[in-house]
This record gives sequence, structure tokens and C-alpha cells, in this order.
Amino acid sequence: MALDLTSFWLAISNGELMANTLVKGTLTGLVYGLMALGLSVIFGVVRVVNFAHGEMMVVGMYGAWLLAVHAGLDPLLAMPVMAALLFAGGYLLQRGLINRFVTRPEHVQFLLLVAVAMILANTALMLFGPDARTVQVDYAFDSILVGPLILDLIRIYAAGFAILLTLLLFAFFRFTLTGKAIRAAADNLLGAQVIGLDHQRLYALTFGIGAAAVGAGGCLMLLLIDATPMIASDFTILGFIIVILGGLGSLMGALVGGILIGVSEALAGTLIEPSMKSMVSFGLLILVLLIRPQGLFGRRG
Amino acid sequence: MGRISTVSRRRLVQTAALGAVTAAVPLRYGRSQARPSLKLGVLLPRTGILASQGTQCVRGYELAVAIAAEQGVTLEIMLADTESNVDTARARAERLVGEGAQMLSGAFDSGQTLAIAQVAEQRSIPFVINIAAAPQITDQGFKYVFRNFPKAGALITNGLTLMKDLFAATNTTPRTAVLMHSNDTFGLAQKQAIDALFPRLSMPFTFADSISYDPRARDLSVEVSKARAARPDLMVVVTRANDAILIVREMVRQRFDVMGLVSPGSPGMYDSQFVSTLGRFAEFAISNVPWVNPNTALAKQVAAAFAQRYPQENYDGNLFNMAFSLQAALVGVDAVRRAGSTAGPALAEALRATRIENHMMIGGPITFDATGQNDAIPSAAIQVREGRQRVILPAAAADAQPVFPVPGWTQRG
Repeated sequence: MALDLTSFWLAISNGELMANTLVKGTLTGLVYGLMALGLSVIFGVVRVVNFAHGEMMVVGMYGAWLLAVHAGLDPLLAMPVMAALLFAGGYLLQRGLINRFVTRPEHVQFLLLVAVAMILANTALMLFGPDARTVQVDYAFDSILVGPLILDLIRIYAAGFAILLTLLLFAFFRFTLTGKAIRAAADNLLGAQVIGLDHQRLYALTFGIGAAAVGAGGCLMLLLIDATPMIASDFTILGFIIVILGGLGSLMGALVGGILIGVSEALAGTLIEPSMKSMVSFGLLILVLLIRPQGLFGRRG
Repeated sequence: MGRISTVSRRRLVQTAALGAVTAAVPLRYGRSQARPSLKLGVLLPRTGILASQGTQCVRGYELAVAIAAEQGVTLEIMLADTESNVDTARARAERLVGEGAQMLSGAFDSGQTLAIAQVAEQRSIPFVINIAAAPQITDQGFKYVFRNFPKAGALITNGLTLMKDLFAATNTTPRTAVLMHSNDTFGLAQKQAIDALFPRLSMPFTFADSISYDPRARDLSVEVSKARAARPDLMVVVTRANDAILIVREMVRQRFDVMGLVSPGSPGMYDSQFVSTLGRFAEFAISNVPWVNPNTALAKQVAAAFAQRYPQENYDGNLFNMAFSLQAALVGVDAVRRAGSTAGPALAEALRATRIENHMMIGGPITFDATGQNDAIPSAAIQVREGRQRVILPAAAADAQPVFPVPGWTQRG
């Protein structure tokens, strides 16, 4: 497909279009970042790559949908409920299953989590069917005009919650004893064990926290897109791109990686060709892997 | 013990006679009960991005079983999920043939259909397509592929002509439009057909921009922003349900009002998912597509059977996918009745000679040309009105007056 230069210059010289593109890209990117936070948290501590990440988000989406349909709960209010449920699920999964695989080779961990992913996706398919599930909230179609900018309310809420959740997680790991213990176990497992930290419990807590972040992200995501079991793998891949860009294990990296992908996709869509958006994400990924393999905010391994 | 039993001659004759009668009865009974049967391998996307439409198609095949039985044919449906994926479609088709499917049918999507067509041709198993518009499917000289669905060119010609009829009927002529289309086999085939036919049909508007997007996209906000920046009078969209929903949602959020949203022959906006998800914002969307003639006996029978079997489902929203799928199955049933055999070449020969007068769509009898294509399927303009699909053009078949230009997003309830 040839690059249409006329259309490129027309787009770039249209200030209103470019401003809207940047804002939309940033807002979407913050939601992407939120979605990837859990993945980053889990890898940063447990060193297990959660290949069931997208599926967990879909569980969060369906949970929020059930609460909306049967209890009339707004997905924003369903966030704490789903975060708590996913926390419990994540804690039990790590405690009961994944802890046994932490010291095993990476390909075994990979297969285990792919199996978990398939079970989750197919359970969702059996329970809810292939049809897209969505919730209608009063503000679904609302937007705010700020000069030439059109900001849709849902993205503003989602981006706001993404920032809030990142700050909460940051504060938890920075200022609480449990958070510090988790970081200690992540930095030096042997040292942590020597001073008597129960690393298996800490790993389970971390997986629970990561899952809770994904569950909350799923509630927000339900406001933006419809829930179907099939979107899970797309989000797992997107999550990976974001955390690898930002740096595995870095909270700030996940958020910045999300924004980077959101903005670059938006710009590519406006300036080049919308159907080439995802190509730009993967191109960016290769570029970062070449120049800074540990990611933008990652520590050299 | 040790005694050898003796059989009298009379006893022997009696036994032999009884044996002959016993052997003959099931033979005669069996012959009188022998009725044609067809193992139909149905390939549809039941998971993946097209799952919802695939499921609607399945309902058509399921309803066809009872109708086939009334026509004296035992129809066995062998369902396979293509997972909305071309490679899976090919592999599942191979497997169905291996499992004894005597005919294949499906697959809603052009890319998957093309993959199945290649398998059908290699294995000499007839393939009756339910829905797929890419022209190359029947243009490449396959002998076992039959399509009772218009090619992209015919769909677009009919769709664009109906647009002009709409402008004339409402005395409203847009001057500029933006075309949004998916960049898969189906979307690109329609785009190419639009590019080729647009100048020939002397359309009264020009395209200010043409925007292609990934059909798996979860967010089309940037694409819609780009369309909005061109300030068109009309939005022409080539979509399926998911992307149609995303486009309309973004148009509402971006306060992007146009005279109308018209599909020149794509399936997105008459889908039950589109109507149920968007509610009042789905209203007035226009699709120019082949449609069911509700006055036919078969359509009435199917409507009643659908209501009984799927009471929770929206009939109008399922209608297009369900009807073309049911019709494809009945084309196969008709062929097996005439072929007197389920061998691939015999079935293909019977399919070539198809002439079905009593079907449920608007248009003449179902027949196939030398390429296996039914080229005589007209379109109707249908518009979402109060959650239902109403025919607005051609006037002869209309059950509602067209509304065009449509009310702005903020003026709807």
C-alpha cells in the first residue's frame, strides 16, 4: 500500500486533527498502561510471565458485566469488587499452582500459564457464548469540548483511574511493610529468605495484586470495548509489547509504555494508514529492543 | 446327546420358505423407506471476531434440517468452527471431508470461503457458499464451488444504484462522502468494486477520503477523527457488526453528524448485535443488501420455525445470515434429491442444473452459471426503524418511507 503523501501533509497541517489525535492517543495509552500494570508487577517480583494476562482481564470484564446486568452496578463502582475477587483468584492460583513452577524452566512456566489462559478463555466461551457483551452507561456517548478538542468522558475516567491506580500501587510498594518485603524478595530472594520472609506468601500476594490491577482494568475496559472471550490473546500480546517497551517490572514503565503505544498508534492512524497501526507498535518494540533491551524504565538485567 | 437330529423334507421346505420371506421383508421394507440423505459439512466462524455472525448462520442450517425432512431428504449437519481464521477454515474443511462430509457449506467470510473452496476443488466435494462476496471465489474456474450470493461487483452496483434512488426519493443529494472499510479480503474486494464502478454509475457525490482499518480493531476513534476532519455529507461504510458499532459510537462521541450512514452492500448494520448494542444510535442506518421477501411461503414457514426454536433471539437481526445459510443448505438438499447419489461429481452436476423457484429471498429463481455463480440476486435498501429492519426501497417492496437526511445524534430521544 503506497504512502499517500498528499493525505499525510493534509493531516499534519490540520492542527485540530493533530491535537485530537495526540489527546486520544494519550488517553487510550493510559488505559493500555493500566491494563499492562498487572503484568509488570507480577513479572517484576515473581519472574513468571503471566500468559493468562489477557484472559484475566476478560474475567474482569465479564464480572463487571454480570454486576452491571444483575445488580445494576456501574463498571466504575464494580472496580473494587472485581479487584477483590481477582486478588483472591490470583492469590490462590499462585499459592496453589504457580509457586510449584517458579523454579522450573521457563518453557514449563509458559505452558502452564498458556493452559490456564485456555481454560479461562474457554470457560468464558461456555458461560457467555461468543456474542459481544456490553453495558450501557448514561455517559457512554458523552464528550466534553475543550476548544477544538473533543474528549470523550469514558476515556477521561479510564485514564484518570489508570493514573490513580498506578500511584496507589507505587505507594504500596514504596511505603508499606508488605510492599517493601515484596520488593526485597524481588531484589534478592536468598537475602529475603535469610531474614525470614515467607517468599511464597509474598509471591502469592504479588500475583493477587497483579490480578487485582488487571481485574480493575477489565472493568474500565468494559466501558471502552465489548467483552468477548476472543479479545483475550490480543490483550496479552499488547500487554507484553507495553511492558517490554516500558521495562519489565517497572510501574512507571508500564504507564509510559502504554502512552507511547497509544500515541504512536494514533499518529500512525492519522498520518500513514489506520490499518497499519499495529505494525507501528511492533516496529517500536523492535526499535526499543535494539537500542535499549531492558526497556525504557527497566534495569539492566 | 450324541444323537444326530433328523429334518423331514416338509420341515426343510417350511423353514426355507420362512427364511425366504424373512429375508425378503426387510429388503422390500428397506427399499420402500430409502430416502436420500446428505451429510453436509458446515464451516462457520463460531469463535473469533465473526463468532456472532457465524452463530446466526448456524441457526439457518439448523432450521434447514426440518425443511429438508419435509422435502424427503435426511439432512445431517456436521458443524466445524473456523475460529474466524483462514488457516483453520482450510484445516477444518480437510477434516470434514475426511470424516465423510458429502458436501461443504459456509463460511460467511470471503477469506475463509476461498480457503475452503480450494480444499473442495482438490477433494472433488461440492461446496455451496452461504455468504461471501469476493469475486475471485467463483472467478477462477472451480468446478465444485457454487455461490448463491452476489459478488462484490454486483452488490456494489446494486448498492450504489439504490443510493441514487434514495437521493431521488428524498430530494436530498450529498456532495461529499468518506468511505470507511475494513482491510480484509471482504473489505478490500468491496473497495475495489466501489473504485471501479463509481465513475461508471455517475454518482452525484465524490469521496473526500477513504479510510481502511484493521477489522480486529478495538478502537476506531482515530479513524473516525480522520473521517470527521474531511467534513463529509455522507458516510459510506463497508463493515461487519463489531466495527460498525465502533464507528457509530465514535461518531456520537465526536459529535460527527452526517446526512446518513449507508452501507453499499456490507453486513454490519442490519445485525442484531448492532441494533441491540447501539439502541437509538442504530436508528436510521441504511444497508443496501439482498433481503428476504417476507411474503414467500418459505419465509413465513421459517419465521414461525425461528420463533419457536429461538424465542429469545431477534428475528430481524438474524435474518440475513440465517436466510442465506438456510438457502444454501436447501440448494444442497435439492441437488441430492435430483442427483440420486452423494458422489461429488454427481452432486456437482446436479448443482449446475439447479433451478429453485420457491425460495425466501427477493428475486428470481436460484440458478448457477457456468462458474457456479448465481448472478441474479437483487438488493433492497433497508433502514433501522424502531429497532427493526424495514425495506425502504425499491418502492414496490417497501414497508416504510425512507428517512434521509437522518436526525442528528443529539436529536434522538
